Amino acid sequence: MNEEIKTFTISIYTENNIGLLNRISAIFQRRHMNIESLTTSQSEIEGVNRFVIVVNMTEVQAIKIVKQIEKQVETIRAYYHTDDETIYTESCMFKIKSALLFEEPQIQNIIKESDTRIVTVNKEFFVLEKSGRRHEIEALRRDLNVFGIMQFVRSGRIAVTKDEMKITEMLIAFNNQ
Amino acid sequence: MNTDTKIKSEKMATKAERISGSEAIIRCLLEEGVEILYGYPGGAIMPVYDELYKYKDKIHHVLTRHEQGATHAAQGYARISGKVGVAMATSGPGATNLITGIADAQIDSTPIVCITGQVSSHLLGSDAFQETDIVGISTPVTKWNHQVTKASEIPEVIAKAFYIAKSGRPGPVLIDITKDAQFEEFDFSYKKCIGIRSYNPVPKTSQESLEAAAALINQAKKPMIVWGQGVILGKAEAELKAIVEKAGIPAAWTILGASALPTSHPLNIGMVGMHGNYAPNKLTNECDVLIAIGMRFDDRVTGDLKTYAKQAKIIHFEIDPSEVDKNVKTDVAVLGDSKVSLASLLPLLNAKSHPEWLQEFKDLYAIEFEKVIKYDLHPTKEGLTMGEVLKEINIQTKGNAAIVSDVGQHQMIACRYADFNITKSNITSGGLGTMGFGLPAAIGAKMAAPDREVISISGDGGYQMTIQELGTIFQTKVPVKIVVLNNEFLGMVRQWQQLFFDKRYASTEMMNPNFVAIAKGYHIAAKRVEKREDLANAVKEMIASKEAYFLEVCVEKEDNVFPMIPSGASVSDIRLS
Repeated sequence: MNEEIKTFTISIYTENNIGLLNRISAIFQRRHMNIESLTTSQSEIEGVNRFVIVVNMTEVQAIKIVKQIEKQVETIRAYYHTDDETIYTESCMFKIKSALLFEEPQIQNIIKESDTRIVTVNKEFFVLEKSGRRHEIEALRRDLNVFGIMQFVRSGRIAVTKDEMKITEMLIAFNNQ
Repeated sequence: MNTDTKIKSEKMATKAERISGSEAIIRCLLEEGVEILYGYPGGAIMPVYDELYKYKDKIHHVLTRHEQGATHAAQGYARISGKVGVAMATSGPGATNLITGIADAQIDSTPIVCITGQVSSHLLGSDAFQETDIVGISTPVTKWNHQVTKASEIPEVIAKAFYIAKSGRPGPVLIDITKDAQFEEFDFSYKKCIGIRSYNPVPKTSQESLEAAAALINQAKKPMIVWGQGVILGKAEAELKAIVEKAGIPAAWTILGASALPTSHPLNIGMVGMHGNYAPNKLTNECDVLIAIGMRFDDRVTGDLKTYAKQAKIIHFEIDPSEVDKNVKTDVAVLGDSKVSLASLLPLLNAKSHPEWLQEFKDLYAIEFEKVIKYDLHPTKEGLTMGEVLKEINIQTKGNAAIVSDVGQHQMIACRYADFNITKSNITSGGLGTMGFGLPAAIGAKMAAPDREVISISGDGGYQMTIQELGTIFQTKVPVKIVVLNNEFLGMVRQWQQLFFDKRYASTEMMNPNFVAIAKGYHIAAKRVEKREDLANAVKEMIASKEAYFLEVCVEKEDNVFPMIPSGASVSDIRLS
């Protein structure tokens, strides 16, 4: 089994219950592991939530942790995947002084070349939004930082897997039992 | 596509009646067959205690002297009966005092349901009097927990609590109920929970895994079984015995597996682990197939994992998939309920015996007897040993007692030397090692099994951690027998200090009170034994007593428990001295 530390995306389908986030994050905490990012949202199934958690660890650890997450009563299923096995993205926002848009024409080039969207512009500031891989977002942040950023925020990773997740089938099977 | 049924319940609900949330709690407990619960009242749980007063003919509430005692009593009740134990406490300190017992139940897979009162819902999060976030605090040590803020949620949540606590790998559940939900009236009806869509308590046993396991066992020349509490929790004692006997496999047990197969069985080769028997520890690294049944390869069992059973093929019978390959990589994992999987394995096994292999265990036992056991059970020195007290208890109870031990040297001696004829007879804190467990757990065990002799065995340290439960014994008149093996030391820590810290006895020597006077203060018959010639009669008198009885035995101050696998060492490096 591979003992090399890699980035794993853990996908968890759960019931939507108070306290479950605590229960899941505690599994990482007790192993003294840092969560790189955590996103939770509605999944493709009504009433079922999906967590996407990014952690750097070995595959051996990933297997054990996924089993311990699955053991939680309100976890429907949990999976782990490598970057190659998922389609993933992050998004970010920048708030920048409007004056710069005119004083620094280079900013307009950066926006155009990086495929960044202008969300809003007013007298004081404008807001940019971009989705992409971490290195793209980091490059954009470095480029814009030269001119001064009023606010920057980046979301956690969201990811879908290349292989199928048979959650709906599982839930139908439970109903038909 | 309909996927929104989250819970399956019994088809028939009880007829709806308009009652308060607090009455509903009692009615739910009655529906789940609860006859006894352990607890301690306080502000935020008072409406429920008011209902307990009204229902006192139907449900017996035992007032412990501390909430920790309530959880341990509920654990003792559950461990000896296989039923769900119930503990109750108020909010704030009442709830936090439950935590040690809950953590103990979590790591030892004991089914208990704890109900805590909580401040009214409009006060949640405001640092109200006696408010603690007990759901947050208990999350890492419960199998499931939930806060109820509306009376109408009570039946479904309590039904789920009992279902989760006892199904699959059992464990503790905590339900926190706000005071306004206790007062609120609603239309009550009850349906037991029979399934939860996100929860698969018993994984299916695959035929391929059974066949692979059988093939390995059938060709093994030196097979060895190590079973754990999974056999007891799965009620698979008969199935284990049938397999051991048919395939002629020497079988050892973990501390929590003790008593699933009688200690006198010819193929029972003793306890594994840090203070287990010499032969099964040593031969773990000689066997060719290691069959682990309902055990979790705890570090106190395996010692150094890098040198643990590396030569053997490993088969793991396990209900909890997260235990498979957690500590030891298995060759064949047989998932599922132990009773089902072992019963399915039996017809696939060839009838065999392994006399030469069994002889190896006997030869090593002889060495352990000469070097250790002889001195523990038949001492010639002046001071009394813990082992000879156990020997006398065996004689007087004929191996039919339930032994409820605390944590430390006396616990290891009790587990090593107690005779067990009956399953569920070794009630002890295994995974958490909770000093103070023994006395309150014995109260719960005796109440669950009033026809059995229940003997609490503690050291002088752990006994004083929950000594206040003598008050519970006095008030309920529960006839538990209490043995304190007094060496005036925190003996196990002192032993480590002697062996690994150059005898620097930091804070391990105990200046003890007059234990007999304390017991008598609670009107419990009590005796102290200092000399060997008085021991047999004192034990006899204790066992003959129809009421609670306290026996203090003053034992040698600096005796050590051997064999011993030093922490982090290999099972092969087990020491006899």
